[in-house]
Amino acid sequence: MRLKRKDILTIEDLTRDEIELILSTAGSFREVSEREIKKVPTLRGRTIINLFYEASTRTRTSFEIAAKRMSADAINISASSSSVVKGETLKDTAKNLEAMNPDCIVLRHPSSGAPDMLARFVKCPVINAGDGSHEHPSQALLDLLTIKEKLGRIDGLKITIVGDIAHSRVARSNIYGFTKLGAKVNVVAAPTMMPMGIEEMGCTIINRVEDAISVADVIMILRVQLERHKVPLFPSLREYSRLFGLDKEKMERAKKDVVILHPGPINRGVEISPEIADGPYSLILDQVKNGVAVRMALFYLLLGGGRE
Amino acid sequence: MNKLLIKGGRVIDPVNNIDSLFDIYSIGGKIAAVKPAIPTNPPLEKGGREDLNDLTVIDATGLVVCPGFIDMHTHLREPGYEYKETIQTGTMAAAAGGFTSIACMANTDPVNDNASVTRYILKKAQEQGAVNVYPVGAVSKGLKGEALAEIGELKEAGCAAISDDGRPVMNSGFMRLAMEYAKTFNLLVISHCEDTGLSSEGVMNEGWIATKLGLKGIPNCAEDIMAARDIVLSALTNCRLHIAHISTAGSVELVRIAKAKGLNVTAEAAPHHFTLSDEAVIGYNTNAKMSPPLRGKDDIEALRQGLKHGTIDVIATDHAPQALVEKDVEFDKASNGIIGLETALPLSLRLVHDNVLDLSGLIKKMSVNPAMLLGLDAKGTLKVGADADITIIDLNKEWIVNAKELKSKSRNTPFDGWKMKGRVVKTIVAGKVVYEA
Amino acid sequence: MSIKNIIDAKAIERALTRIAHEIIEKNKGLEDIVILGIPTRGVHIAKRLRDILEATEGVHLPVGSVDATLYRDDIGMKQDQPMLKETDIPVSIDNKKIIIIDDVLFTGRTIRAAMNVIMDFGRPANIQLAVLIDRGHRELPIRPDYVGKNVPTSMQEKVKVRLKEIDGADEVVVEAE
Ligand SMILES: [Zn+2]
Ligand SMILES: [Zn+2]
Repeated sequence: MRLKRKDILTIEDLTRDEIELILSTAGSFREVSEREIKKVPTLRGRTIINLFYEASTRTRTSFEIAAKRMSADAINISASSSSVVKGETLKDTAKNLEAMNPDCIVLRHPSSGAPDMLARFVKCPVINAGDGSHEHPSQALLDLLTIKEKLGRIDGLKITIVGDIAHSRVARSNIYGFTKLGAKVNVVAAPTMMPMGIEEMGCTIINRVEDAISVADVIMILRVQLERHKVPLFPSLREYSRLFGLDKEKMERAKKDVVILHPGPINRGVEISPEIADGPYSLILDQVKNGVAVRMALFYLLLGGGRE
Repeated sequence: MNKLLIKGGRVIDPVNNIDSLFDIYSIGGKIAAVKPAIPTNPPLEKGGREDLNDLTVIDATGLVVCPGFIDMHTHLREPGYEYKETIQTGTMAAAAGGFTSIACMANTDPVNDNASVTRYILKKAQEQGAVNVYPVGAVSKGLKGEALAEIGELKEAGCAAISDDGRPVMNSGFMRLAMEYAKTFNLLVISHCEDTGLSSEGVMNEGWIATKLGLKGIPNCAEDIMAARDIVLSALTNCRLHIAHISTAGSVELVRIAKAKGLNVTAEAAPHHFTLSDEAVIGYNTNAKMSPPLRGKDDIEALRQGLKHGTIDVIATDHAPQALVEKDVEFDKASNGIIGLETALPLSLRLVHDNVLDLSGLIKKMSVNPAMLLGLDAKGTLKVGADADITIIDLNKEWIVNAKELKSKSRNTPFDGWKMKGRVVKTIVAGKVVYEA
Repeated sequence: MSIKNIIDAKAIERALTRIAHEIIEKNKGLEDIVILGIPTRGVHIAKRLRDILEATEGVHLPVGSVDATLYRDDIGMKQDQPMLKETDIPVSIDNKKIIIIDDVLFTGRTIRAAMNVIMDFGRPANIQLAVLIDRGHRELPIRPDYVGKNVPTSMQEKVKVRLKEIDGADEVVVEAE
């Protein structure tokens, strides 16, 4: 079996079978990271470029570790530091990178759709590591893997996503991922953070946070991304925290065995209170561990097959 | 004196209620006769026969012959942005699209906010233009929406209307001032209705598609609110208001109400707005990015109904050339606009094929009404004495749009590869053929 | 296509019993032995072998699996990449005697890859190889220490080991086009 696509740009594009293949492959890769020598020779001699137009230590490091554990050469290019990128159009950068003959490009970009564009310009696989408010497929895959690991299934689960859905690429990818694997997704946010027509993605809008929490098997807390709001969408962090932040009081309504996900990095005391973030429900560290496994699986599935 | 005889065509001249197999004879750029079976050597009024030197005869059998199209909304980009389009290439594109006259917007560099720029454009058009060019002057100096442009001098220099298209006037007080002042000269004020506080950083229509693509949306109300404001100001000032590229069901309704109240309000729609919905953006197609954005299916239907029932008076292209470097970038960074001159006719003919308009109705929207609004008395009709600006069309000719072959200097069209029905065969300006398919 | 039945369930059982005794003999007991099967069928054979060894000697033997997919030398050359399988090495392998178990020994490339996996987990005292079938055609200098049955084959033939645990019955067949 092989992933019959050149790129991983969205979860929307993936079929349920493809997602299951990635998850089962990632499951196998988890073990590699627990070995004494956390490295396999699979992608020896391959070059993977991490092209990051937004600072993201967490995601970039995860892709970098994944590449290195597969013995690929990982090259990091960040827009802030590199002259390859400064003042150049994405198309020019793509052409320059293409000349280096990479085997895969991982792209993080503030513009929605930039990975689609890059994928059109280069012959090698492109992995979307987050584009604007569009998608963040590897994050959704690691979330799925984490829940599957903890709860044994996705099918039939009730997932509640809380926070700024409008600006969240994590939310979009996860809504597609969860619904494709048979979960029911509820979203909750202030109307200023709820994008038009989100229900068409297959989720349900719930108005009160308390109601959304009480039905959930899984709660996913989105990061408050103030940097993306030109005009603040809520009056203050304090008020946001009181209304939408996950704290002890709100968690009293939750199911006893509920689990909590957060894509990180956490604004402690804003979208989630410290005692909940560090508490027993939290899978935040499992997510980090599974992130590497999922990214190894993506590299393996995109690069491990032959080239046409 | 050049002479032209167009034989055997189906002549449609809505102003004179003509839709018959007539011949048209023009002499010296003016229409001299419209009647059946004009002989190739027509008799002179003073007796004897016309000498046959300089006579061009066109066989229009099976073709439609109508008053030349007039596009009251183009961006020619010259001066300042000649890498996108020049007066020469833009007017060639116009000719290829069947347009014999075009009005060009003021957002050039320098802005057409003073008579010297107007004169420059007119001189350039005189020397290099394939069709007639009518500059639209700016409403405000530098399109800044702060101080009035020299509107009186602009009119004197030859501006046919005024507009800050491209930079909507946000300050209602200033808009009132501008309309009051324009009224003095009976100038048409063309308004790009957009509340930039609502459109904000938006890059496409607000709705499910924008949500799915993770792109910031522009709500319909950004247009509706400004259309309402300008209609109210038109009522107050009694200034002639023309709403540019109307795109929403809401503003169509507002214009309908304004007209019912007898206000001096007209509107135009662009072919892309009544042809494409926001779904065209899927795949981050920057050639589907424009302002106002492609809207939803309900809006398209409202535009078609508005055209059908006369709420929308004019079809105008909002021809907005952009260079590849401005379009071949991330969607949110791409410039707005598409070229439209060469695809306007076949897209508009779809309205005829769909029974939204009849052919005469279409010609009204593309020639008669724009001539009237711009005050071009000798245009938009084929009556004797009118300018011999004529478009000849093959209604049934099927062709495929190839962006690379278009006359415009730019290639930014979402219709590349589209199968079209209906094509301009010849475009005639002042009795001279300026375009031949 | 012709199918030739080479050995049946009885013969498989006998072969494994014999291999078990050879292992005990060669290693003078079972001290420090770790059995690692190569997925999928090698793992089942390893478990059977473990059961025989434990019953014979009355000791507990660690058994695990070693998937060599990520160490294969043809990754990126074939159109389809192979599915990953489980690697589970349950104890530290430093100074242990490792017995790799596979169903069929052919070119030797999988065994080479499996040895590399093992070496990345530690430094065993030695590595031994037990296979149910040796069909020849080695492409690397690898030879088994324990063989259930030598089956001379042509390159065009396929040797298929079927096991109760996954195939419903125990048998080994040779298929020829
Ligand atoms: Zn405009
Ligand atoms: Zn415009």
